[in-house]
Amino acid sequence: MIQIKHLFKTYGEVDSGAHALEDVSIDIADGDIVGIIGMSGAGKSTLVRCINLLERPTSGQIVVDGQDVVGLSGAALRAYRRRVAMIFQSFGLLSQKTVLANVCFPYLAATGKVTAENRARALELLDLVGLKEKAASYPSQLSGGQQQRVAIARALACEPEYILCDEATSALDPASTNTILKLLRDINRETGVTVIVITHSMGVVEKICRNVVVLDHGRVVEQGSVADVFADPRSDAAKVLLERVDWDA
Amino acid sequence: MLNELAAFADEYGELLLEGTGATVVMLIVPTLVSYVIGLALGVVLYLTAPGSLRPHPKLNAVLGWVVNICRSFPFIVLMISIIPFTRIVIGTSSGILGTVPPLVLSTSPFIARMVEQSLAEVPRESVEAVEACGASTPRVVFSALLPEAMPSLVRGVAVTLIAVLGYTAIAGAVGAGGLGDIAIRYGYYRYQTEVMIAAIVILVVIVQVIQSVCDIVARKVDHRTQG
Repeated sequence: MIQIKHLFKTYGEVDSGAHALEDVSIDIADGDIVGIIGMSGAGKSTLVRCINLLERPTSGQIVVDGQDVVGLSGAALRAYRRRVAMIFQSFGLLSQKTVLANVCFPYLAATGKVTAENRARALELLDLVGLKEKAASYPSQLSGGQQQRVAIARALACEPEYILCDEATSALDPASTNTILKLLRDINRETGVTVIVITHSMGVVEKICRNVVVLDHGRVVEQGSVADVFADPRSDAAKVLLERVDWDA
Repeated sequence: MLNELAAFADEYGELLLEGTGATVVMLIVPTLVSYVIGLALGVVLYLTAPGSLRPHPKLNAVLGWVVNICRSFPFIVLMISIIPFTRIVIGTSSGILGTVPPLVLSTSPFIARMVEQSLAEVPRESVEAVEACGASTPRVVFSALLPEAMPSLVRGVAVTLIAVLGYTAIAGAVGAGGLGDIAIRYGYYRYQTEVMIAAIVILVVIVQVIQSVCDIVARKVDHRTQG
């Protein structure tokens, strides 16, 4: 499980700079699908990028299965990053590599080579996301939804315990969004991988998340089960995100 | 007309051929050496920039200054001012070999900036996605950044070669030979305009060939467009 404890992230000078995250504490249970929702600039991307240490928190702890990961560096950091794979809003695929080579990249990153076994596993993963026949294509030949499925296959090649989704469906049309969300839900059910979904869309949270954390101006303003928060949103941010306010007021 | 051309070729063919050979050598050898230095410098400049993979403001600033200082010298001034250095390194400051140190010194920083720019064009998310897969910095550079930047790097080769071709004409004039030297000696000092025109025509052909070959290669290695 991931325990985020009193996390602060400040850009610029510590005392005068802007707080992107202020005293954020969240527990994420294994096997959960948790949504982290907030308006643009609420700090949700910063939070998820702190979890896999693409950004270093200014202070606070991120405890994964009892170990504080904030201080990790070198090989330990790289091994940890494979435990928390990530998918991105604009997919982050390598445009000069084939779909198969993209999915094989985590093996290359981990061991410096790609074995025949790795390639066979990558093809299985591509089959899982329904794109086995696209293995030899390049990302530019795929639609956005297909590219995100390749990115999911690549994330799975890390054999992760957690998958971080940073606005993974925000660039996609509703049909592709549903495909991606279903895929994430099925993977969660079948493998028990924990999924952390960053989004500004309550629709996404409603479809796949069990628990939700509402961020506003870098602070956690509400958290609980999706059923509870949807039934009785208390924070202003949650009310706006659920469109429970008179927009014309 | 044909007879005149044949007579011209008879008289100056060998001279122009030798000049072309000298120019090509002055173009290729220093550029190859410069690419070894320039690629390394460019990668380090990219990696140490603020917000990049290995931010190191001091190293970045110092390298930036060195690159800018080398690039501030007009080539002819650089070439003359480092003659003592060239003599120590090569043993002579004239001839084709004598052009290598000044050409490398002015081309490497040029390449470094081109490489830095090509790498900066690689989408941020692609680089982060690779980092998120647990790739080390050398792995990111060699397996992701450089391959992703390849079409842009190849186009940079064309720009570099054509810039160096311009430098070789200047270097030639100071005693290294080559087409630029021929154009100046025959055209400017001896009023043999036709020799100068022939040299210019060959230079134009070389530029066209460089650009066309690099364009074709760049398209060939680029998989970003469909088809």
